[in-house]
Amino acid sequence: MSTKRTAIFLSLIIMLFSLGSYAQTKHKSSTHISLATSIANGKNIYIQNCASCHQTDGGGAGNMNPPLIKTTYVLGNKTTLIKIILNGFSDNVEINGQTYQNTMASHDFLKDQEIADVLTYVRNSFTNKASAVTASQVKTVRANNKPAK
Amino acid sequence: MKTNSLFSLVMPLALIPALVLTNPVVNKKTVTHTKTATAPAGLTLPTGFEATVIADNLGQARHLAITPQNDIYVKLNHFKTGKGILFLHQNGDKSTVANSFGNYGGTGMYIKDGYLYASSDEDVYRYKLNAKSEVINPDAPEKIISGLLNRREHESKSIVLDNDGNIYVNVGAYSNSCQVKDRQKGSMGRPGCPILDSAGGIWQFKADKLDQHYGDGVHYAKGIRNTVGLDWNQQNNQLFIMQHGRDQLHDLFPDLYTVQQSAVEPAECLYALKKGDDAGWPYIYYDQERHEKILAPEYGGDSKKTAGEGTIDPAVAFPGHLAPNGLLFYTGNQFPERYKNGAFIAFHGSWNRAPEPQAGYFVVFQPFKDGKPDGKWEVFADGFAGTQAQKESGRAEHRPCGLAQGPDGALYVSDDSKGTIYKITYKK
Repeated sequence: MSTKRTAIFLSLIIMLFSLGSYAQTKHKSSTHISLATSIANGKNIYIQNCASCHQTDGGGAGNMNPPLIKTTYVLGNKTTLIKIILNGFSDNVEINGQTYQNTMASHDFLKDQEIADVLTYVRNSFTNKASAVTASQVKTVRANNKPAK
Repeated sequence: MKTNSLFSLVMPLALIPALVLTNPVVNKKTVTHTKTATAPAGLTLPTGFEATVIADNLGQARHLAITPQNDIYVKLNHFKTGKGILFLHQNGDKSTVANSFGNYGGTGMYIKDGYLYASSDEDVYRYKLNAKSEVINPDAPEKIISGLLNRREHESKSIVLDNDGNIYVNVGAYSNSCQVKDRQKGSMGRPGCPILDSAGGIWQFKADKLDQHYGDGVHYAKGIRNTVGLDWNQQNNQLFIMQHGRDQLHDLFPDLYTVQQSAVEPAECLYALKKGDDAGWPYIYYDQERHEKILAPEYGGDSKKTAGEGTIDPAVAFPGHLAPNGLLFYTGNQFPERYKNGAFIAFHGSWNRAPEPQAGYFVVFQPFKDGKPDGKWEVFADGFAGTQAQKESGRAEHRPCGLAQGPDGALYVSDDSKGTIYKITYKK
């Protein structure tokens, strides 16, 4: 092996190694920061748009506004959840044995990132623990969303 | 009532005193005015008054009525098992469920001239009472009104009778403020709000006529968003109602209202109604601090512009969102003279003040003189919620809902959260 070839080989190894570790660090820290940031931003959006009905503790208001604590709506299918924000909700449903009367209006005026943040906040608050919702997921659902009529 | 069915109902209730004792309300500020032998009611009351828990864990106990024999009928809402009306027999400071009937949930419960009246969220029934005020035929009530609108929001139907054979029923508006899109930020009001044709008002029907529909009744008063507490004032021979004022001024119009304004406005209003009156919903609301009727933002209001010509003014305006669910004009002789003919109001407690602290969860007294409010209202019974933290978070232990007066002048308060019945007496 010539010196030249060894040098190229070595530099390639170093490059790959550093690229790999760079990507790993970036990936790790970006997920970490963005989850925390998303939750923090989501909390502000929650207080401004959701808390007056669902309450600051996510417990809702008996017979009127459903709780957001450990319900299948909150922890379950993300598309369904995103659609509730986009279209509102006025179905007559029973949640943990209780029914709720008030109409939830559409919140489609929120941006994709804002919806992602508020849902990530809700899915990671009030003792909930579930994966984050991303802006691209909201974008996809919004693009395919047929307004309920 | 058969003895065997009575026993099976009474036995589980023997456990009630034990349940009450294991769950005392912890609050240092609370003064309990109860006898040592009874469970602490955990209520704060004016000097000389005592509160006793006479029943507990009944379910969602909405309105209630007391018979001349001192027995109690309670209307339950959203019950899962059992029946929708409970008949409780009092024995000293306790009561036991002696009977239960009615396969429907609801709110209204009233006794008048030998009949028990009860409402579901769509219909009104009545049951003939015997000389002991027991329902003669619990499985075959007369359906006197049917087909009242129930579109989920403001669905409960409260009832009261006058002295001329009429019954009054509220039909709440299935909307917050008649927006094109209910509770949608910035959505404007529907022109000529069509909801008002069949809801958002009080209807008068005959108390003894079967199967009445809207067309058989009188659209007695309109422009009333929702009513749960209502009573017939015997002194004025007049209907009084408590309106639940609109929600979400800030949420829907954030440029016009601050969070703090939205927490206390608009007023929860006591109205003295005459036939044909219009209280102005959804076009106006009442600002209890400025003492003015304000044009609703959905109809072009800017939070200051006044409006509502031809609509009535409230008799009393209370702070916002406290949710008045019970109204009772006190006609008994047990309480001191100043309470006679005055109004007790049970405030269920707010939810629409968040993120500001919640309030209410108490029974208020509004003094009256010669049929008119006289002086400022005062908190009469407090402590239902539990601790201050429980009150402010809205996670109240108990929530006052119905009010009734016993033949001896005792005041009864129902709680639709834990199903507690409180009896408040005056001991001098």
